[in-house]
Amino acid sequence: MSLFSFTRRTLLASGAAIALTLGGVGGAAAQTPPGVLIVGQIAEPKALDPAAVTAVNDFRILMNVYDGLVRYKDGTLEVEPALATDWTISEDGTEYTFNLRDGVVFHDGSAFNAEAVKFNFDRMLDEEHPFHNTGPFPLAFFFSAVENIEVIDDLTVKFTLNAPYAPFLSNLAYPTGLIVSPAAVEQHGADFGRNPSGTGPFTFAEWRSNEAVVVEGNPDYWDGAPSLQAVVFRPITDANTRTAEMLAGGIDLMVEVPPVALSQFEGDLYTVHEQAGPHVWFLILNAKEGPFADVRVRQAANYAINKEAIVNDVLEGTADVAAGPTPPAFAWAYNPDLEPYPYDPDKARELIAEAGVEGAELTFYVTEGGSGMLDPVAMGTAMQADLEAVGFDVKIETYEWNTFLGNVNPGLEGKADMAQMAWMTNDPDTLPFLALRTSAWPDEGGFNSGYYSNPRVDELLEAARAATDQKERASLYKEMQTIVQKDAPWVFVANWKQNAVTSDRVEGFALQPSFFLLLDDVVKN
Amino acid sequence: MTGYILKRLLSAIPVLFGITIIVFLIMALIPGDPATAILGSFATPENVEKLNRDLGLDKSLVQQYFIWLGNMLTGDFGTSFALNRPVIDEVLERFNATLVLAGTAFVLCSLFGVAAGVISAANQYGWADKGITFVVLLGISIPSFFLGMMMILFFAVNLRWFPVSGMWPIYGDRDFGALISHLTLPAIALAVVATGVIARLARSAMLEVLRQDFIRTARAKGVDERGVIWRHALKAAMVSIIPVLGIQAGFVLSGAVYIEIVFQWPGVGRMLVDAILKRDILLVQGGVVFVAACYVLFNIAVDVAQSLLDPRIKT
Repeated sequence: MSLFSFTRRTLLASGAAIALTLGGVGGAAAQTPPGVLIVGQIAEPKALDPAAVTAVNDFRILMNVYDGLVRYKDGTLEVEPALATDWTISEDGTEYTFNLRDGVVFHDGSAFNAEAVKFNFDRMLDEEHPFHNTGPFPLAFFFSAVENIEVIDDLTVKFTLNAPYAPFLSNLAYPTGLIVSPAAVEQHGADFGRNPSGTGPFTFAEWRSNEAVVVEGNPDYWDGAPSLQAVVFRPITDANTRTAEMLAGGIDLMVEVPPVALSQFEGDLYTVHEQAGPHVWFLILNAKEGPFADVRVRQAANYAINKEAIVNDVLEGTADVAAGPTPPAFAWAYNPDLEPYPYDPDKARELIAEAGVEGAELTFYVTEGGSGMLDPVAMGTAMQADLEAVGFDVKIETYEWNTFLGNVNPGLEGKADMAQMAWMTNDPDTLPFLALRTSAWPDEGGFNSGYYSNPRVDELLEAARAATDQKERASLYKEMQTIVQKDAPWVFVANWKQNAVTSDRVEGFALQPSFFLLLDDVVKN
Repeated sequence: MTGYILKRLLSAIPVLFGITIIVFLIMALIPGDPATAILGSFATPENVEKLNRDLGLDKSLVQQYFIWLGNMLTGDFGTSFALNRPVIDEVLERFNATLVLAGTAFVLCSLFGVAAGVISAANQYGWADKGITFVVLLGISIPSFFLGMMMILFFAVNLRWFPVSGMWPIYGDRDFGALISHLTLPAIALAVVATGVIARLARSAMLEVLRQDFIRTARAKGVDERGVIWRHALKAAMVSIIPVLGIQAGFVLSGAVYIEIVFQWPGVGRMLVDAILKRDILLVQGGVVFVAACYVLFNIAVDVAQSLLDPRIKT
């Protein structure tokens, strides 16, 4: 019997005393009104200024209030026009000229045009800009390649980059590239984050601190008015409480359902949505020193760890086994020929014996939890058991997330042999470029904390970043994945499937591979 | 009496000063910095350095401390970087919510705790005493956050008598009735343990008093039993019950942290937990100093009340 199904009689008996004392106070859990979608969020947003925030939680609201020049096509991670109708890229890949959509107005009534686009990026990038002080803008480096933005005419704008940079378009589709109203920034200054104005399907109505952010349908939306009258985003930080609110009808849509709670939502009253995204969970192996300096031992670790069991038993099916460094959600850049390392402890023992490191001691950094880390302690324990089964002696060191990052990002040398890590990115370039190149070793400011180095991989990644043709980029990434899988700088573990639950009153909802929450096509009865 | 109050207030100043140093040092010493927390996976040393500079965290610790202290003395608690709003606005709003919750719980545990203790003592070893002692032991033994979750399951999810979480309805009037329906479950969950503690202490305080001569005299003079218990004995027992209430008020306030998380009550405890995880230094520091100041003042108030009640305590 599940915890949530008590007989009515038991409950009535136990609750009778309180019912008597409270008289008419009850009946509080009113039905949520039709046309108004109530979303259970995981935290209070920091600000509703897309240039100033970094959390997926905040992006979930922002993507419904603002548009970017481009956006991801529904259900994919491929870029399509949004506020820009089309664009041209110069031969050398350094000039992007965008034609802008005519007749679009911000929610505050001011016009969207080339000047507005220039204002947005100058605000983030130019320290002399009069509104640069409305920051800080932590993710401005997404656009650090932008050298100059030129207004050609009212509806044409040209970006000049300091070098070819293929991820530029996907970065524009990322929330950091969403376009805000310059008039509203001028009016509210540093308070813009609480008085947002964009061009999106919903207009900002109200922010009651620690209670709700309310947005209302924009009847004049250029891409068709949404059917919802309003959306209410409620911050409910405790996952159990969020689950209880969903069961009690206090919210209509719940994101990030804990794996153990999924069974509560079986049946016709709820729909569970799942979507794999651009996420990869891996173990960084220290390739500079210790047993993992030998590629055979790194491969052995990949064979030794039972990823199927971790994904199915620890994560209750909320993730898929990862085959390589690039998540399959980047469909165009993913190499479908890669097969995950099978679970083969005998093969692992063989490789370890060949390398002569039987019984080696390993220090393993584990975190208590963090962005995208899923269930790191339980996963770490399972991995420890698998590695000890093939003869290693694994010592776990557990750290709180911020401390963990402070230990791992500067590199594992002299400290640990392996560390957990997870990344969510918006372009297949980002993670390998920042974490697998030789010139991304920590002392050069990158995230290659395990000191992996392969000149061919470096070449491929540099070439892919400079290429503007998607087909050409794709073939470069695919070759990179094959090499990296064989070199095994990481143990490739899992690709997370994001989940959400909707009540039976909600229609037309789908999760996106980008992990953004798009509500303009949602209907609530 | 005025002199006593003044003396107590003056002695609170070094205490508060010490608290500012301790909370500042703790935030400076725990690993991880706000820039890393904000940037997450993107925390390259270069990005971290730039963001720390933008946040004004590149100065020396001593400089940072005195800037913070100086600003605070002029009433400027700074701006929270995780919430992007003035620390003082957030703290006051959140403290208000905590006061509503903890205040209600405190009233509940004082009333029910004292009443249960008195009834127990008046019927020593009788059925009422045994029943109350049993329930009290049960109450003390259940962790409040677990009780809270179970109450949500029973009364909010299954019976739907009360809302699951929050302080106000998302829709509808923010009237007194709405507040009461949101307040009932968390206030009860928070009050249960303290009720038990108070009941046990009130019972022994009453038993002590009931053995004294003036009670026998009162009975001999023909005062009815109800009058003896509630007027004569309770009044005398209150002298030893009030300090317990003062201590329990502190426990209720700190216990509110768990309850606020379980019931998503927008109070100062939940705020501090979120702020610590996000390394929101100014919000943590401002929040702790504010709560500590309130607690110090409350303690002074309890001492003053006690000295008014019991002239034997020297002023």
